[in-house]
Amino acid sequence: MDRLFEAHELKTAHLGPLELQLQPGELVQVTGASGSGKSLLLRALADLDPNTGEVRLAGAPRDSMPPVQWRRQVAYVPAETAWWDERVDDHLPADFSRETVLHLLEQVALPEESLHWEVERLSSGEKQRLGLLRALLNHPRVLLLDEPTANLDLENTRRIERAVRTYLAEEEAAALWVSHDTLQRQRLGGRILTISNGKLEAPAWS
Amino acid sequence: MELISLSPFDLSLAALLVVALAGVTVWARMGLGRSLLIAGARTVIQLLLVGLILQTLFDHAQLGWVALMAVVMLAVAGYEVMARQQRRFAGLWGYGIGTVTMFISAFAVTVLALTTMVGPTPWWEPQYAIPLLGMLLGNTMTGIALGLDRLTQTVWRERRTIEGRLAMGASWSEAVTTMRREAARSGLMPTINAMAAAGIVSLPGMMTGQILAGAPPVEAVKYQILIMFLITAGTGFGTLGAVWFASRRLFDTRERLRLDRLKAGRHT
Repeated sequence: MDRLFEAHELKTAHLGPLELQLQPGELVQVTGASGSGKSLLLRALADLDPNTGEVRLAGAPRDSMPPVQWRRQVAYVPAETAWWDERVDDHLPADFSRETVLHLLEQVALPEESLHWEVERLSSGEKQRLGLLRALLNHPRVLLLDEPTANLDLENTRRIERAVRTYLAEEEAAALWVSHDTLQRQRLGGRILTISNGKLEAPAWS
Repeated sequence: MELISLSPFDLSLAALLVVALAGVTVWARMGLGRSLLIAGARTVIQLLLVGLILQTLFDHAQLGWVALMAVVMLAVAGYEVMARQQRRFAGLWGYGIGTVTMFISAFAVTVLALTTMVGPTPWWEPQYAIPLLGMLLGNTMTGIALGLDRLTQTVWRERRTIEGRLAMGASWSEAVTTMRREAARSGLMPTINAMAAAGIVSLPGMMTGQILAGAPPVEAVKYQILIMFLITAGTGFGTLGAVWFASRRLFDTRERLRLDRLKAGRHT
């Protein structure tokens, strides 16, 4: 079996130990009550919180990579993306091709000018779509999506779902998607992991 | 010109002014009377003690005693830096970062000034060494305390921005660069303002003191300029160092933001 991403004996102060594997192109959903540790799981995998255990990307152990490189390849996108500069393009990675960015803009249904928009004037839907685009410009192999469509209308939610699906198919990448929404869970399909009290429950299939 | 010695009677007259002020605030129910009187009493006791200690030190000028005095001053200043933080590092780091950077910058500048600029014999002559070190420590302490306080507050407030940058693949240093700049600015501003306003808005205290003690104004001015530059260098290097070390300490070896290394200080 071809494993793109795996975690073995993953533990933090409030989580685990737990096991996890993702295949190339796979989208796995994570559910569980609030406070059960869904965000903690994603943050640990992105190496934003202290954790122990073995995490591998395409066979390479995490500790063999500088953190900067790891976080570009294992991209964490929170429910509310953070913006700290004036314009959208102040937040983009240093190098990417125009071709890539045009392709991604099409996926998230935004015009090229949106890269020069002022952050203060973005709607929450635009913020989330641009937040996803910004992460995808780093060419991540794994997406860690922490309720990326929370508080968005159906149209924006669908755009993000489509953009992620297309990216996974084109790049053979994998995603962990935390979602609360039952309808979204049905739309996305695939394997579902349920987390409670920081541990994974027996695998369930939709 | 020579020094006009102040009699206890002169000081009592000045004290009466403070007592009168305390009386007025009590009468106006402003609740400051007690604090004013206690602070006034502390001034008398603390300064008399320091005067006695300095007199003893000057009479028995020995390197060991001067060094001991310097260490005590550093220890107290280090404690003050820590106590002024709303969020400070847990454990020894809370005391260590401020104290070590203050030691390096203030002591280095003082020793440099004594050996190359002022040049008393011996170079540690307490009459020069202790006041110089005192002024440097006092100002460096303020700069470092302001810088560290601003750094930890800003990082705490903007943790989402920092983690957003980290998640985008920024290094710890890139992620915290704007907060570090702000902290350094806030630590250095009082010193820069003091240099810019010197002589116009206020006559610096040291210069005033020297003139009252009978020194020619131009000599007092030369000393004041020297002190200002030394204070700026000491405060500046100390603040930059403390802010750099503290910002590094906010991240671990895997460049994760570790706010759990901070704890709330006594003022929150």
